[in-house]
Amino acid sequence: MCFNFDRWYNFPAPLQSPSASYYWQTVFGGFANPAEGSPGPDDSLYRSCEATDEHTVTLNLTRPSASFLGALALTNFTIASPKALQEFGADEGTVDEETGFRPTGTYGTEHPSGTGPFKFESWARGDRLVLVRNDDYWGEKAKIERLIFRPIPDNAARLQALQTGEIQGYDLVEPQDMETIENDDSLQLLDRPAFNVGYVGITQSHEPLGQLEVRQAIAHALNREQVVTDFYAGRGEVAHAFMPPDLFGYAEDVQQYEHDPERARELLQQAGVQTPVELTFCYPTDVSRPYMPDPRRNFEAFRANLEEAGFRITPRALPWSPDYLGAVDEGNCPLYLLGWTGDFADPDNFLGTFFQTQQKAWGFENQEIFDILDRAEVEPEEDARTELYQEANRLIMQFLPGVPYVHTKPALAFQACVEGYEPSPVSLETFNTVTLEGC
Amino acid sequence: MLRFVVRRLLLLVPILLGLSILVFMWIRALPGGPAQALLGERATEQAVEQIERQYGLDRPLHEQYLAYLRTVGRAEFGTSIATRRPVTAELKERFPATIELAIAAMLFSIVVGIPLGFVAAKRHGGVLDNASLVASLIGISIPIFFLAILLKYVFAVKLGLLPTVGRLSVLIDLERKTNFYVLDAILTLNGAALVDALKHLVLPAIALGTIPLAVVARITRAAVLDVLNEDYVRTAHAKGLGPRIVDARHVLRNAMLPISTIIGLQTGLLLSGAVLTETVFAWPGMGTWLVDAIRARNYPVLQGGILFVSVVFVLVNLIVDITYAIINPRIRYS
Repeated sequence: MCFNFDRWYNFPAPLQSPSASYYWQTVFGGFANPAEGSPGPDDSLYRSCEATDEHTVTLNLTRPSASFLGALALTNFTIASPKALQEFGADEGTVDEETGFRPTGTYGTEHPSGTGPFKFESWARGDRLVLVRNDDYWGEKAKIERLIFRPIPDNAARLQALQTGEIQGYDLVEPQDMETIENDDSLQLLDRPAFNVGYVGITQSHEPLGQLEVRQAIAHALNREQVVTDFYAGRGEVAHAFMPPDLFGYAEDVQQYEHDPERARELLQQAGVQTPVELTFCYPTDVSRPYMPDPRRNFEAFRANLEEAGFRITPRALPWSPDYLGAVDEGNCPLYLLGWTGDFADPDNFLGTFFQTQQKAWGFENQEIFDILDRAEVEPEEDARTELYQEANRLIMQFLPGVPYVHTKPALAFQACVEGYEPSPVSLETFNTVTLEGC
Repeated sequence: MLRFVVRRLLLLVPILLGLSILVFMWIRALPGGPAQALLGERATEQAVEQIERQYGLDRPLHEQYLAYLRTVGRAEFGTSIATRRPVTAELKERFPATIELAIAAMLFSIVVGIPLGFVAAKRHGGVLDNASLVASLIGISIPIFFLAILLKYVFAVKLGLLPTVGRLSVLIDLERKTNFYVLDAILTLNGAALVDALKHLVLPAIALGTIPLAVVARITRAAVLDVLNEDYVRTAHAKGLGPRIVDARHVLRNAMLPISTIIGLQTGLLLSGAVLTETVFAWPGMGTWLVDAIRARNYPVLQGGILFVSVVFVLVNLIVDITYAIINPRIRYS
């Protein structure tokens, strides 16, 4: 692993391999060698890290992993200055019986270090986080002096703050606000590339969902095209697989399930189940996700589709966290609405997360799918990996553990004078290319 | 009076004890727990167990309660599970924001509501009286979040007169000594920050103060109408006292008892936070803090925050009772 940048902000010392090695050993060493009684993964992927020469470290893993390289792009793996970690007590804290663990160091809250185009200045919780330009940045220097993040939980409040100029941009634009922004010459909409999937999950441990014909009937019953057209303000596309089309490993020739209520009824007859088939369908409240801006609306539409095709649906609404997620994870929801926004550009982050191991939320055991995903995860040759994931996609859509229905391009809104903002599919923007001429 | 005050303060102890048990049991009766809320969509069983062990949530309930009482005894409320910061530190950030907004809202409701109710009573049955009745009804009925969005749309978006969100503009630097931004601006002689902080208060104070205004106006009208019919008021007029003196010394002063009661109750309510107003204006106060804590099953914040709000509510009502004796010397507590 090589680095082509050489200094931290706040600590202008060269970033060299011993620093990187220290970081990896300190932060991730606990996974490789957990203290007694400390829960960790049964088998840590990380084994050790050594500074091989001045600008190279060697990371040793416990097993092959091709997805690890993509995962290194996660912010979790950004390297911090060892001197800053030590000086500001990143590891320090107190533990007492009454209050539990309380961190006492100020590294994360007052003295973070890094090598990016901006430096931390201040953080007034609930009010603003202020970054200033790093004039020692090794790359393209930022055009703006200060970058301020403000938490504004209400959608209407965010839009109004943009309209008045109190903010220059915001993320997660609601579908109902898009027309207002598009019709306002002083504002603009930018698309974040689609990197998510929304799906109807099926828990096969609830009969008769263990029968393939019943799951196929569900897929044919759902009018996904209608939901995507009506509820995603032109920013959704119908999903035919559990990963976005732009990611390598996507297969165009997976089994398709067109909206066909008649076909759904035939399949239920073939399955020999008594109709209407009674199912509980869970959906979350108090939440809006990029793949599911209004879960209740999606649920109502899908419920109508399913009841037209020979199902009787009992709704079950639960607050998102922890109730809904807990119920889904425990396999207590025969049908449910959920989704996933990718963390890094690797199919393992989608298919591996969903289907590489047995999970109560899906309620199935399919060794063929588990095996192909295991092989794909460790295959070092990119072409071979791509073929394995394509085959996995075909198998998954044949087996139909759930019905993917949408990939969305979440939108960001800015004042028209903001230029140079490049939306990242994983929300990792560096802001150094942004200009505010005329704002 | 002193005995009365001491007795009321001592009553706080059993009230808070009972409340602490209620809150403690209620939040644990909610499905799910803080670990699942904290860890998100892909929490593993091991990670959940680790969080629960870290915060003592795997211990028997009575042990958890006693541990909680010990933190209260030390005048702290434990550590927030979401942020791992002392609950008291978060209280110190949130409560001043709520106080500032509550004071502004109550000032608005008193300054407008009392004169409005008084004039309506004096012109009982007339156009102004009927208009104030209608206005009060609208004020009580209109949903706060709708009013807030409407105020922002008119005065901020369309007219550009006032800001829409937050307590201070991002371009203003203010040294935060007390977290009361208006007070901090005065203490640091920062005129720009003072004006900016006041401008940020206007719309949320109006939105939040509309219901108290309507209530204060109605109570004032009713109280003044009662007093106007009293013998001593007729006597005062008969003695030749001017109308303004009669109104100020006899009418308003005697009507203030029920008015001060309602002001106290409304203030106590506002000090517990105003979720809808805070959400629409991105105002970082107690309301959104506690609602977020419910969603996240953040037990320490809920236990500490609700207890704290209860203390405030009881103290505010004590102050109101003491105010009675000042307003009306006939009232004596024993």
